[in-house]
Amino acid sequence: MPHDQISFVRKHMLPEAPPPATETGAVKWLRENLFSSPANTLLTLVSIFVVFNIASASAPWFLNGVWDSPSIAACREILDGRVGGCFAVLSERWNQLLFGFKYPVELYWRPGLAFVLLFVAGAPVLFGKIFPRKMLFFTGLYPFIAYWLIWGGSIMVPIFALLGVVVGAVVYSRVVTISAGVAVIAGFVAALIFWIASGYISRPMADVMALQAVPSRDMGGFMINLMLGVVCVSLSLPLGILLALGRQSRMPIIKWICVVFIEFIRGVPLITLLFVANVVLAYFLPPNVTFDLILRVIIMITMFSSAYIAEVIRGGLAALPRGQYEAANSLGLDYAQSMQLIILPQALKISIPGIVNVAVGLFKDTTLVSVISMFDIVGMIRGPILASMEWKGVYWELFGFACILFFITCYGISQYSQWLERQLRTDHR
Amino acid sequence: MTTMTDPPKASFQLSMLIYDTRYRSYTFQFIALLLLMLLIGYLGKNLVENLAAQGQNISFGFLSDPSGYDINQRPIEYDSQSSHMRAAVVGVLNTLIVAFLGCITATLFGVTAGILRLSPNWLVRKLMAIYVEAFRNVPVLIWILIIFTVMSASLPSPNQFRGESAEASMVLDAFAFTNRGVYVPSPIWGPGSSVVVLAFLASIIGVFAYRRYATKLLYDTGRLLPMGWPSLAILFVPTILIFFIMGQPISLDYPALQGFNFVGGLHIRGSLIALWFALAIYTGAFIAENVRAGIQAVSKGQTEAAASLGLRPGRIMKLVILPQALRVIIPPLISQYLNLTKNSSLAIAVGYMDVTGTLGGITLNQTGRAIECVLLLMLFYLTISLSISAVMNVYNNSIKLKER
Amino acid sequence: MKRTVFLGAMTVAGLAAGAAAAGTLDDVKARGKLNCGVTTGLVGFAAPDANGVWEGFDVALCRAVAAAVMGDATAVEFVPTTGKTRFTALASGEIDMLARNTTWTFSRDTDLKFDFVGTNYYDGQGFLVPKSLGVSSAKELDGATVCIQTGTTTELNLADFFRANNIKYEPVPIETNAEGQQQYLAGACDAYTTDASGLASTRAAFENPTDHVILPEIISKEPLGPLVRHGDNEWGDIVRWTLNALITAEELGVTSANVAELGSAAVANPEINRLLGTEGDLGKMIGLDNEWAKRAIASVGNYGEVFEKNIGEKTPIGLARGLNAQWTQGGILYSPPFR
Repeated sequence: MPHDQISFVRKHMLPEAPPPATETGAVKWLRENLFSSPANTLLTLVSIFVVFNIASASAPWFLNGVWDSPSIAACREILDGRVGGCFAVLSERWNQLLFGFKYPVELYWRPGLAFVLLFVAGAPVLFGKIFPRKMLFFTGLYPFIAYWLIWGGSIMVPIFALLGVVVGAVVYSRVVTISAGVAVIAGFVAALIFWIASGYISRPMADVMALQAVPSRDMGGFMINLMLGVVCVSLSLPLGILLALGRQSRMPIIKWICVVFIEFIRGVPLITLLFVANVVLAYFLPPNVTFDLILRVIIMITMFSSAYIAEVIRGGLAALPRGQYEAANSLGLDYAQSMQLIILPQALKISIPGIVNVAVGLFKDTTLVSVISMFDIVGMIRGPILASMEWKGVYWELFGFACILFFITCYGISQYSQWLERQLRTDHR
Repeated sequence: MTTMTDPPKASFQLSMLIYDTRYRSYTFQFIALLLLMLLIGYLGKNLVENLAAQGQNISFGFLSDPSGYDINQRPIEYDSQSSHMRAAVVGVLNTLIVAFLGCITATLFGVTAGILRLSPNWLVRKLMAIYVEAFRNVPVLIWILIIFTVMSASLPSPNQFRGESAEASMVLDAFAFTNRGVYVPSPIWGPGSSVVVLAFLASIIGVFAYRRYATKLLYDTGRLLPMGWPSLAILFVPTILIFFIMGQPISLDYPALQGFNFVGGLHIRGSLIALWFALAIYTGAFIAENVRAGIQAVSKGQTEAAASLGLRPGRIMKLVILPQALRVIIPPLISQYLNLTKNSSLAIAVGYMDVTGTLGGITLNQTGRAIECVLLLMLFYLTISLSISAVMNVYNNSIKLKER
Repeated sequence: MKRTVFLGAMTVAGLAAGAAAAGTLDDVKARGKLNCGVTTGLVGFAAPDANGVWEGFDVALCRAVAAAVMGDATAVEFVPTTGKTRFTALASGEIDMLARNTTWTFSRDTDLKFDFVGTNYYDGQGFLVPKSLGVSSAKELDGATVCIQTGTTTELNLADFFRANNIKYEPVPIETNAEGQQQYLAGACDAYTTDASGLASTRAAFENPTDHVILPEIISKEPLGPLVRHGDNEWGDIVRWTLNALITAEELGVTSANVAELGSAAVANPEINRLLGTEGDLGKMIGLDNEWAKRAIASVGNYGEVFEKNIGEKTPIGLARGLNAQWTQGGILYSPPFR
């Protein structure tokens, strides 16, 4: 066909046309995500309605909030009939909510500092790849520093406690070549003997580098929740590992003891264990010896969480292929070595999400101590603050504050655990 | 040249108890047992000494004494002259009631939220995520207190239903939402009502029989019978007919304002509602996560394979996804039920008279028998937990994949 | 031996709460602190103020005992206890004395093995109702919903009262006083019942106290008093006579203002002299020095002063003396003589 018979030949490429308006940007997103089908549209409309109602009801409450007023009556006067929150209770009583009503005000910096140091101590454990391993040294020291900061008293007490741990560790490492079990017992006994002996030395030195001592009865508020959570979880980790190993053990008596302990603790609600700490434990202690309530509670909550952590770790141990155990044995490693070097690192890695779940659950459960007349944050709200003449009837602001504190902490921890899970994933996907 | 010699038979030495792995386990077990017995003996000795010093003893005789206090929610006959034992039984029943209601409601919340979290609708997905995270990360005790406060602070008191220009009114003249709880009509079982109930039970069996027949027909002949309306008809028509034939033996008792309170109908107390609702909504958030994880655990290939077989989306869900997902969902679901039951002991915070409130609360206070009460309380919860775990073990074994 | 082991370990743990040996007096002196059990918070009787300092009618008694024993009214460790924990705390030695508006009953005194050393407040259980309810007697409360704090004798009294009058009620158990107020004010219960003094204290905290009335029926006898462990009579004597000293001081007109002057030298009234230690050796007989009562009165004042300061008519609690007036004033407060 001759060239000139063709009436039109395009010489240039057309520029790309933009996609139709319904297939781009916000419209497409809306269509796909909100209005893809009649049912979906209905759901969207209902959701928008719900969100709008909640927002329009609570917005004035937040916007008109009163932050400065001595009491609820004065607050209502300022509001003058408008809807609004009395957040003044928070600015007035924040210290009681956080530290309890008896912790000396001029000493707030001490638990505050301990809290900040907690992150420094936790960083190398939580973010092992980012922070230098040397910082683990500080992590080891942290419990003793924190104890000294929060309770005060002579520095000799935490120092001797630390030395006792060191003595125990040295004895353990000497004996571990014979047998892991013997070493654990020997290390523990050595530490105990050291502590008892040091009790006689440290008493006359009660004034050496002493901070003002604060009895644990004076502590309260969110501080108690944090303290119980951190202390009990860290104590129950090693206990939980021991219990899990005991439950896997081939020695029937030891296995049996661990099984009974774990199943018993997991079978009863925490609150009954707290009742035990509160009203029954005293009967089982020698006459004339009483523990501090907070110590009794720590013992009970630690037992509680160690049973749960043991079950999580047992799951991790069971999930390891048998080949790992057999490989460890065939390398000629003894029980302690194979556990330390082969089994536990893998099992613990698998267990991390579970352990974090237990930790979060436990931290939330520390609010139960308010039922046994301890003034944690819920106890403070229900007791001294709502019972006071000034702030009677300020529920939402106080409970909302408690919710936010717990939400930040727990949500933060669970986000961390998800991050960690991704970090630790060593399989190739 | 080879010689076969037995390894030298070492005579038993004491050090072998530690160094020889054959004997070491016995040594350990012996030590462990000894320590355990020492510990128990030590605690027991302290207990005996303490009790002796205070002139008390361990005895469960107080259980048969009159309790002297009243309980508002009584599933069985009880008054202040009944024994402490009976008060404990009332408490146990109340615990079971709130646990049962809570489990059902939590499952409803959880399954709904879990499925909606996978919805293609962005807004719904986010809202459900907020629900799950908000409730999972705040202690259940705080939720119980908040809902209890909502109940008592925002609902009208019975007084406000009074008078010509009452501030509050009953819904449909049958339901009263007050800050003392919700009053709903309750059925009155007249003579002959048992026939109606029996007819209804028979109808339920009839529905199952019909469905089974329809399935069989489908598999045998390929003929598809309608399922929906015949089931409904079988369920209701005979019962309603018999109800009218018997002369309407079942009538409703409506709550009405009389004296200080609403009288008549069924009174669902505020404390029960607060506890029930808080436990359900809290546990529901956990169940939602289990459900979501369970559905996501079924690989996408399963959906695609089912689709390539020509199954419709509803059937894919019912026949392919759910059976596989349930295997993942049910074990954690049951342990959530267990948690809910244990958490119901927080009833004490809102004054719901469960077993912690009666046996572990007032009875303990009034008799001072702390050890006995706490022991019984623990035994009760332990029994519940162990029996639920036993059921779960049976279930787990029955659904175990038999691959090899 | 075992005790030292325990103590050694606990010193290191740093949480030792100390031990209460058979001689409570020696223990308290050695410790330098009196462990006193109080409520978790009942305004007027025992409650921490905004600075966390405990104040109230019961608290004053603890302070008086501390002043008598150690000469320092602030050497008191206040242990908040609930209805459930108070008796265990005392029995286990966690506290040395319990001053927690506790009713003196037969079984508590005998079966639970405690010693009530006296009565510091004669109380009775009453009902608080809103005026708008139009009720003038507790017997008209048929079918009412009654809020009640758990863990007290009030539950039993309530059950007995309604049973005796053959009327029905709906009990709503409440854990803390604050929640009781909340429920009552929201109308979730028609009446709130507890000890009349507690009702007055609760009502005083309301926005419009005059909208509520305390019904005339007092349905029980509630002699509230401090108690100690059974078996340590020396310690019991100290608490008993410290309470009596405060009561006697009011009767004799000894106040915190004039006690220093009256106690500096013997005065005309020999009983004042014996009480304040300027004559005789009464203090020695209970293992203290002769100025014990003087210190107790100087630190908190006499019974009347304590009453007026914490729960009297000029305070928001606004309780009249009533039964708790001196026997010479028409009340039943009657201390045995100091001789």
